[in-house]
This record gives sequence, C-alpha cells and structure tokens, in this order.
Amino acid sequence: MVRWFTLVCVSEERLVSGSFEELAMPLFDRLYNFAHWLTQDRQEAEDLVQETYVKALKGFSSFRPGTNFRAWIYQILHNTFLTSRTGLKSTATVPLDTESDQEDLPAGNDTPESILLRRSDRQLVQEALGRLPLPYREVLLLCEFEEMSYQEISATLAIPIGTVMSRLSRARRALREVVQELQGN
Amino acid sequence: MACEPWTEKLDAYLDGEIPAGEAHALQQHLRECTTCAALALAKVQQKLAVKAAAQRFVPDPAFRARIERSIAVRRPSASFFSGRLGWLRVFEIATVAAVLLIGGALFLTIRRGRGEERLISELVDQHVATLASANPVDVISTDRHTVKPWFAGKIPFTFNLPELQGSPFVLVGGRVSYLSQSPGAELIFRVRQHQISVFIFQEGGLTEAREKETLRTALSFEVRTWRHNGLRYFMIGDASPQDLDKLSELLKAAG
Repeated sequence: MVRWFTLVCVSEERLVSGSFEELAMPLFDRLYNFAHWLTQDRQEAEDLVQETYVKALKGFSSFRPGTNFRAWIYQILHNTFLTSRTGLKSTATVPLDTESDQEDLPAGNDTPESILLRRSDRQLVQEALGRLPLPYREVLLLCEFEEMSYQEISATLAIPIGTVMSRLSRARRALREVVQELQGN
Repeated sequence: MACEPWTEKLDAYLDGEIPAGEAHALQQHLRECTTCAALALAKVQQKLAVKAAAQRFVPDPAFRARIERSIAVRRPSASFFSGRLGWLRVFEIATVAAVLLIGGALFLTIRRGRGEERLISELVDQHVATLASANPVDVISTDRHTVKPWFAGKIPFTFNLPELQGSPFVLVGGRVSYLSQSPGAELIFRVRQHQISVFIFQEGGLTEAREKETLRTALSFEVRTWRHNGLRYFMIGDASPQDLDKLSELLKAAG
C-alpha cells in the first residue's frame, strides 16, 4: 500500500520550490533506480523515493545554494533507507567491523582474467549486484553508475574517504567472486 | 613485485581520483608494462559492465506524475488556501501582520507620546521664563476685550476669552508665543498668588501633539491640554489641580 500524502507548504522554502523542482526532478529516474537497488522491491522503492522528496522539500531551505545538491538528496535517500525496516535488516547482516581505512588490500591477487567482466554479461552482473551486501552494492552504484567522486560518496554515505576507497576495493572483489560463483552454477 | 605500487593506484586512477602528476606517471608505466595495461583494461571493462548493469529499474510514469504534481502544489500559482497547513500559513501570515501592525502602532504612539512630551516640556520652559521675566506680558490688561483684539494681526487665528467676574481668576495679560515654528497666544492668569499660562496654537501646526486631552504633571507643574475649534490649548501652572480644572472649564465654555 503506497503511503501517499500531498506535499504541502510548510515554510518559506515555498518561495524557491521552482528551484527545488529544477534541481530534484532531473535526478528522479536515477534516484528511483538507486532506491530500487537498495530496497530490491518496487513498492518500497517508491515509498523511499517519495519520502526522500518530502524530506528534501521540507529541508530545502537548509540546503546551501552552490553546494552539491545531488550528494545532498542522495544522502537523504540513503539515511531514510537506513532507518526503514529493510534498511535496518540489511545493515544488521553486514560484517562492517572488518572494514578499516588503514588496512591495505593485497593488490597482487588480481589478474586480468580474474576480473574480466563483459558488458554482455549484464544479467549476470545484475544478479551479482543484487546479491552483494548493501554497503558494497551502494558504494559500487554510486561510483560506477552515478559516477560520484570519492568526496561525494563520502558525503552521501557519511563515511571517511579512506573507507570509501577500501570499501570500493572490497566491493569490486566481492562482485567478481559472486559472478564467478554464479558462472560456476 | 615491481608493479605493486602502480597496481595499488590503478582503481583510484581509473576513478579519476589521483593527482595529475601521478596520473601522468601511471600512464607512462601502463605504456611500458603490458601486464598492468591488461589489468587496467580488465578493470575498465568491469566498471563499464557494472555501469551498464546498474541501469535496471525504471519508475512507473504514474509515480513520477504523482511526485511532480505534489511539488507543483507548492508553487505560488497553486491554491494557496488549500489544505490544513495552507490555513496554518494564512494564520501565520495574519499573526505576523498583526504583530507588525501592533508594533507599528506602538512605535507611532511612543513617538507621538515623545513628541507631546517634548512640546509640553518646551511650554513649561516658556511658562517658567514668563514667571522669571521682568516683563512677562506684552499686553497688560485685565480686560478680555483689550487682550483679544491685541492679538489680531499677530497670530493667524482668534479665540474667545471667558468672563472672569465672580471667579477667583484674574487675566494678567498676553504675549505672542511660538511653538514648532507656529505663532500662538500665551495668556497669563492669576489665581491668588499663582500664575497660570494658557497657550493657544492652531492644531494643524502641531503635528506632534495628537492626544485629545491630557491631564498630567510636568516638573511639578500641573498641565492640562485640550482641543477646541481647531485650536490646541495647553494650560500650565503651579496652582492646585482644581484651579486649573475650573479655569479650563471656563475657557472651554467661552469657546
């Protein structure tokens, strides 16, 4: 059941709603895509996007013009998801305690053959992405699909840049492992 | 492994996250090292594969339309009074307007009050100057029919003086006075040993004097002010309040 309610004027941000629309609506499809990847459910994704827009609209007066609107609204979506039932469940099952900014990953294990994924393997990669733990899935999506900088990812996920780098490295490796596993099956 | 320092930076390089100088050095290495070049190519392929795969979910057009409509509700052209919060906003604006109105009125009242105080203070000074003067009046007469015509041509208005016979008041005389650059009459009355000054000015010339009628004291002098026939009367003296009230009643009655 979609929890739908009308977005109504609350304070002076009404005066700049045109600007909000101009900034937020071009991101709508991508926000929805990201939300669907997080929730893995159409209905939940719609609820998440809707709630994100409600919150963003209400808080638009606190958004400083000239700063990164995309990172700001993705951060709202991400935080909203984390407090949702699905979000809480997802984060509870991920062993993030093994993650460390300082820990270097062994880079020498990678070979061209071991990391080779082709665009023709699209369905396979989608399946693998869906199986990744949430922190790996979202950091990969923000980096590869949204093409966010480490700084933007850091702001969106509220983690240090060092963690962004190490998490990305692990996420890429985890993806390859899942793909290999799926290929093996 | 000689390539390790380069392969460690490969991800950041492909993500566009290393400084230009390092990127240039890494590019140089990739041109010379086929192993690293192949690894970089594979990583690029992976990035592209993820990018292509990530574009998967498309929102329902109806959902998009709902979001667009709900944002449009907040546009200035939308029905301003619709919805519960819309009315709350009206209430909010009304409250702000009321506060501004009350604040403005209060400001003007205080300003006018201050203006009135300034005028009275000035007239009290004139009254004290009259008391201290060796020639307190320009026209010395107890006869109202002498004093009133004396002002003709000296001030731009005329006024009536009461018949004082049978009252404790005696008309001492009069002089021309000025207040806020407007000429007026100062009449001096005596009651027993007290002197009372009555100042009469045209109301239009005294923008700061807005109070209809006041009864107050200033520097221990009793003060009465009132309006009559477009004229503004100020009465100042050290006599008893009852004496001032009686004299003001006589002047009002004379019109």
